[in-house]
Amino acid sequence: MSSTPQEHPEYNLKVVKQFAIMTVVWGIVGMAVGVFIAAELVWPDINMHLQWFHFGRLRPLHTNAVIFAFGGCALFATSLYVVQRTSYTRLLSDSLASFVFWGWQLVILLAAITLPLGYTSTKEYAELEWPIDILITVVWVAYAVLFFGTIAKRRTSHIYVANWFFGAFIITVAMLHLINSAAVPVTTWKSYSIYSGATDAMIQWWYGHNAVGFFLTAGFLGMMYYFVPKQAERPVYSYRLSIVHFWALVGVYIWAGPHHLHYTALPDWTQSLGMVMSLILLAPSWGGMINGMMTLSGAWHKLRTDPILRFLVVSLSFYGMSTFEGPMMAIKTVNAMSHYTDWTIGHVHSGALGWVAMVSIGSLYHLIPVVFHKDGMYSTKLINTHFWLSTIGTVLYIAALWVNGILQGLMWRAYNADGTLTYSFVESVEASYPGYIVRFIGGAIFLSGMLIMAYNVYKTLQSDDKTSEAPVIQGAA
Amino acid sequence: MTSFWSGYIIVLTIISLILVTWILFANRKTEVRDDNSRTTGHVYDGIEEYDNPLPAWWFKMFVMTILFAVGYLIAYPGMGNFKGLLGWTQVGQWQNEMDYAAEKLQPILDSYAATDMDALANDKAAMKMGARIFANNCSQCHGADAKGSYGFPNLTDSDWLYGGDAATLKTTILHGRNAAMPAWQAALGDQGIKEVAQYVISLSGRQVNQALADAGQSKFAMFCVACHGADGTGNKFMGAPNLTDNVWLYGGSPAMIEHTLRAGRNGRMPSFQDLLQEQKIHVVAAYVKSLGNK
Repeated sequence: MSSTPQEHPEYNLKVVKQFAIMTVVWGIVGMAVGVFIAAELVWPDINMHLQWFHFGRLRPLHTNAVIFAFGGCALFATSLYVVQRTSYTRLLSDSLASFVFWGWQLVILLAAITLPLGYTSTKEYAELEWPIDILITVVWVAYAVLFFGTIAKRRTSHIYVANWFFGAFIITVAMLHLINSAAVPVTTWKSYSIYSGATDAMIQWWYGHNAVGFFLTAGFLGMMYYFVPKQAERPVYSYRLSIVHFWALVGVYIWAGPHHLHYTALPDWTQSLGMVMSLILLAPSWGGMINGMMTLSGAWHKLRTDPILRFLVVSLSFYGMSTFEGPMMAIKTVNAMSHYTDWTIGHVHSGALGWVAMVSIGSLYHLIPVVFHKDGMYSTKLINTHFWLSTIGTVLYIAALWVNGILQGLMWRAYNADGTLTYSFVESVEASYPGYIVRFIGGAIFLSGMLIMAYNVYKTLQSDDKTSEAPVIQGAA
Repeated sequence: MTSFWSGYIIVLTIISLILVTWILFANRKTEVRDDNSRTTGHVYDGIEEYDNPLPAWWFKMFVMTILFAVGYLIAYPGMGNFKGLLGWTQVGQWQNEMDYAAEKLQPILDSYAATDMDALANDKAAMKMGARIFANNCSQCHGADAKGSYGFPNLTDSDWLYGGDAATLKTTILHGRNAAMPAWQAALGDQGIKEVAQYVISLSGRQVNQALADAGQSKFAMFCVACHGADGTGNKFMGAPNLTDNVWLYGGSPAMIEHTLRAGRNGRMPSFQDLLQEQKIHVVAAYVKSLGNK
């Protein structure tokens, strides 16, 4: 198209580099906390009987660290990189970019301090107390201005599909955060939600599920739409598929929250709507997987030699699998068995490890050598090792919790001829023990892959700069 | 829900479903053009886009989920105040299951209810049922082995706060118990607490500081005998523990006994009348009774 510029201007890569490095750092921290609390479920005494290390304090630290620190930094790094390169323009403002980086690191630091100390709003994935919530709001608005301001001054006539997804993610997360975190402060570190009862639960899960839908899905689809065609060097499979699945995804996801509250005090009509919308969501979710997978048609042979592409493809497979599993679990009769069991946690991790983490890792292996002006990653072999550790770790993790979840669901509902329950709760806990061990091992394997990545990234930064002329992406600052 | 909000939900749902259907059909095309001309023409950082048609199987799957949604919302509650043609509610589903269970179980429970609890304690089938009711309702506090723990009485020994006969056990489970040992710090002072604690320990024949215990005796007579009795053997009507048997619900060390004296204790056994109903309590009371027989 005639309006597409051929020349790249000088981009702001400093903020991309910062976020990329911190993605690796927070990934290791967040996953290490995850492995530690998985170990606590096997050997409870390793909390040393100190309140700061109790499962209840560290679990929110783990979820916040992996979602908002690791996932967040990955999204910041890639969105701020992609928006520049696909709009052929530098970020709107360097100081705003700096503010977003340091502001977000401050949020993470405050989370890492307050959560173990027990300061919590008790809202899952939104545990941070109101002063931090305000800081998040300020940083997020700055991010939105930076992103959309850059879109506004783009030098292309259209907006690339990756940026639609990043844009939807930024707008919706802002809305979710503001509405769900609305609270009345009583002290500096304590507030109460302005909602109550079933309404509060519904708002919470409207937030909770859309945090998954927009933070962990839309945002990472944005990542996928740039790094998959880029790494495969193939055109995106279908422009019209991206239009349909984008609008259907953002339009339907927002309805799906009630499936977290099946068979509760939530009114029947709300549960039904949540369930049917979750089922409709299957096709829009798979649209992204199809578009990514089919982009590789004609380039499948590259999988033999390119572990980065393997990361991206396997992440799409896990994405497809968990977005099939999700709608199934949203069906009331399935949910009646799966709800409150480890199956839910397994489902989340097939998305979190298999999709979110692996697509981020693959994207970073593509991005880091480019932004740091290197010929490539230090070791392709280590990328391959990392790939296998991630895949095996994820499979062990989710298989263990499938077994545990189905086992728990069946044990809880089993009853005898005289109407009494066959098992007591604690017997189901005892039966879950082997699964907890396997889950711990799977998590530890995944974490070890991240440590290899850190080493590989470190060696890459130590290596000599690219010798060949590459004028398009001279690092700024 | 007012008809306004009901209408709001219905309209919003229908509009959303229509929009989703529209975006799907509006972007449908089936022909695949010649390979060379089929990109959109956009190029972003070297990335081009094909304009392939939506995969047919995917398109059909999408339509099927929308049709399922429409059918489900006709059959089940979902559209605001519209109750759905099947008349299903989750409360109704629960009630049906309860009715089914009651119908199946009533004959068994009736026969157990007609049996004396002491006799029931020797009925193997009844005790299996009692054990499972216990495991799911009582073991959280009293332990899977019923041996209790700190603050929760051991049910396998012969020491009973409120009485261990079957009828009393049943009353305890039906209505719960609220123990009320007052706090004596204000009345006794630090020295008084020490003295009374030593005296209380002496009641079960343990080694004490005799001078302190002697000083405590008169204070015990003044403040404690009303519930625990002049000889310290307790009072089952009030659930006041026997202090002479060396069985301690909250620990028998001097420090723990002093703490109990200073701050008081408010042990609480909840009522299970609403949760289990009388007939099941009849069975579980017999089960608890049987524990002491072992």
